[in-house]
Amino acid sequence: MRNINAYVVKTLSSREYIAPGHRACAGCGEVLAMRQVQKALGRNVIVASATGCMEIVSSPFPFSSWEVPWIHVAFENAAAVAGGIEAALKVLQRKGKIEGKKIFVAAMAGDGGTADIGLQALSGALERGHNFLFICYDNEAYMNTGVQRSSSTPFGASTMTSPVGSAQIGQLTWKKNMMAIAAAHGIPYLATASPSYPMDLSEKVVKAAKTEGPAYVHVLSVCPSGWGIPSDTTVKFGRLAVETGFFPLYEIEEGKYRITVDVEELLPLEMYLKPQGRFRHLKPELIEQISRRVRAEWRELKRKAEEQKEIEERE
Amino acid sequence: MGKYLGMEVSFAAAEAVKLCNVDVVAAYPITPQTHIVERLSQFVADGELDAEFVPVESEHSALSLCVGSQAAGARSFTCTSSQGLALMSEIVYIVPALRLPIVMILANRSLSGPLSIWNDHSDVMSVRDCGWIQLFVENGQEVFDHVIIAYKIAENHNVLLPVMINMDGFILSHMFEPIKLMEQEDVDAYLPPYQPKFVLHPDKPVTMGAYAMPALFTEAKKAQEEALLASYPHILQAWKSWEKVSGRSYHPVETFCSEDAETLFITMGSLGETAGEAVRVLRGQGKKVGLLKLRLWRPFPFHDFYKAIGNAQRLIVLDRAVSYGGPGGPVAGEIRSALYNMENRPQVINFVAGLGGREVSVESFLEMFISSVEGKASGYQLFGVRG
Repeated sequence: MRNINAYVVKTLSSREYIAPGHRACAGCGEVLAMRQVQKALGRNVIVASATGCMEIVSSPFPFSSWEVPWIHVAFENAAAVAGGIEAALKVLQRKGKIEGKKIFVAAMAGDGGTADIGLQALSGALERGHNFLFICYDNEAYMNTGVQRSSSTPFGASTMTSPVGSAQIGQLTWKKNMMAIAAAHGIPYLATASPSYPMDLSEKVVKAAKTEGPAYVHVLSVCPSGWGIPSDTTVKFGRLAVETGFFPLYEIEEGKYRITVDVEELLPLEMYLKPQGRFRHLKPELIEQISRRVRAEWRELKRKAEEQKEIEERE
Repeated sequence: MGKYLGMEVSFAAAEAVKLCNVDVVAAYPITPQTHIVERLSQFVADGELDAEFVPVESEHSALSLCVGSQAAGARSFTCTSSQGLALMSEIVYIVPALRLPIVMILANRSLSGPLSIWNDHSDVMSVRDCGWIQLFVENGQEVFDHVIIAYKIAENHNVLLPVMINMDGFILSHMFEPIKLMEQEDVDAYLPPYQPKFVLHPDKPVTMGAYAMPALFTEAKKAQEEALLASYPHILQAWKSWEKVSGRSYHPVETFCSEDAETLFITMGSLGETAGEAVRVLRGQGKKVGLLKLRLWRPFPFHDFYKAIGNAQRLIVLDRAVSYGGPGGPVAGEIRSALYNMENRPQVINFVAGLGGREVSVESFLEMFISSVEGKASGYQLFGVRG
C-alpha cells in the first residue's frame, strides 16, 4: 500500500450529489467521505442526518447542498428517523400508495451522534432490523462545537474537554469500539472505511446499502482543523492511519471477518501521531503504550480474518 | 350510524386509529397509555390493521421515528404520557416547525417527581408553547371522535400541523364507557388518504430541517405562529363536518348553564363532567352558577372565550398543574391574560386541584364555590392540601 500513485479513482461515478458551496473547512476529510458515499449510493436514497458538522455545513437555510431527499431532526435520533423513513417506504409500497422501486435509506451521524448521544437510537434501530444503512463519520471529537472529546476520541488526544495539562495527558480512555458494539447486534454487514481509499469505501457502501437488514459503516474522517494538521494532508493522514494499523480497513459479513486493505508490515505509529497537533505532547513512553495496544488489536483482527480464511479454504 | 359498545376507552382510541388506516405506529410503553398501543399491536398482529408497528426503544425515538415516517408520506401515530412526553419534548417542538401532521394522544399523567402514574395536566402544560394544535377531551366518545377529527385537521393543506389530544390518564384511559363506533365507509368519506404537500422521495428531492441563522429565524417562527393561528377556522370546519357524519358537535369552548351565570367554573378535560354535576346541585340551591369547558387549548380561542363568559363576575378556574413560584396555575394565568384588556373584567379565583390523581369530587367543587363566594379564597391556592 506504499504505492499510492498506482491508485486509480476514475471508476467512481462522476455525478455529484453534494453540491459545492457547502461550508466545510478546507481539507475536510468528512465532506470528502460524504461526497464519495453519495456517489456510491446514487440518487435513489433518502438520507437522515444527525446534527453535526455535515448537517451544518450542508444546510444553511435557504441553501442546501443535498441533491437527494434529506432530513435533519436532532442530534441523537438519526437512526430513529431513518427507521421511520424505512417503515414508511415499506408500508406505503406494500399498500400500493407509492411505486415499489428500491430506495436506500441512510442515516448519517458523526462520532458523537453515533457512539455517545446517538447510541440508544442506533442500538434500537439495529436490534429492530430496519432495512437501512448507518454511516458514522468519525472525526474523533465534537468538532462542530469546537473540538470537545467524545467516546471516539483516541487515547492521549488533546481536546477542549480532555486537554493536555501539567496534570493530565489528554483523553484518558481508549476509543470506544463501535464496530464491536454494532457487531454485537448480529447485523448482516458492517465495515470500516476511509476516503483515502475511495474504491474500498465505495464497494463497502454499495454492499452495505444492498444488504437486507441493518448495515453499519464506520468512516475515519480526517479533520485538519481539529487534529492540527495542514489542510492539504487529509488524504495522507487517512492512509497513515491505515498503514500504521491505527484504523484497519475491514468488514464483517454475516459474522465473517475480512481485512480489505491489508498491511504487510505496520508503519511505526509515531509517523501517524507525532505530526498531529492533538498528539504533539505525547512522550515516547505513551506512544509506545498506544502502539502496543494498536498492534495487539491488529494482531487480533488478523487472527480473526485468518481463521475465517482457513474455514473457507476447508469448505 | 354505527355500533354502540361498552369498552375500555383506550381500546376505543385504538379502534379510532385503526379506522384511520394509519400507516405507521411507533410507541413506547408508559402507564397509563400502554393499553392503546397494546391494542394497536394486536390489530396489526391479527391483520386487522395494515401498518408498520414499531416498538421503539424510547419515547424520544417514538416521536423521532414518526417524524421520519410522516416526512416520507406515511400517516403516523404515537401516544405517551408524563415522563415519555418529557423525554420526547425535544422533538415535540420540532414537529410543527417541520409542518408534519402527526397525531398524538397524550394520556395525561403527572410529571415526576415524586413519581406518579396518576392523572394531572403537568405533562401537557410542560409543552404548552410547543406549537401543536392542542385539544382536551372529556369522555370516551370524545377520545374516539377526536382521533379521526385530529387527522382531518392536521392533514389539511391549510393547516399541516401536528395535533395533540389530551385525555386524562386512568380517569379516561382505563374506564369502560359506552362508545358509538363509526363504520369504516363513514370514516373514509370524512377522512381521505393522506396527501403530503412535501415528501421525502428521490423523484423530487427536498431538504427538511435546515438550520436558520439569526437573519431568518424570526421569520421562520412568525410563519409557524401564523400557521397555528390560521388553523382555527379549519378546526371549526372539521368539527362541523364531523357533526354531519356523526351527529355529535364540538366547539372550542363549551358551556353549561352559563347564560345568566354570575359565577363560572372553568375546567379542561374530564373534570368538566364532575363540575357539571356540581353546577346542577348549586342551581338546585338557586345559585347562578355555570360551567365553561375549554376544549381547544391551542390556538387559544379568545373570541369564543369572551362570548362564553358573558356577564359572569367570578371565574373559578381549575388548574391541574402548578407553575412553581409563578402567579398560579397555567390555565388561570392564560385566562387572566385574556381578560386583561377587558373593562369590568371578572374576578379570577384559581384552584389547583387533582394533582397526581387526587380525586376532585362534586363536593370539592361545592367547597370551592363556597370559599370563593365567601371571599375566603382568592388569587391562587392549592385545593385540598391535607394537614
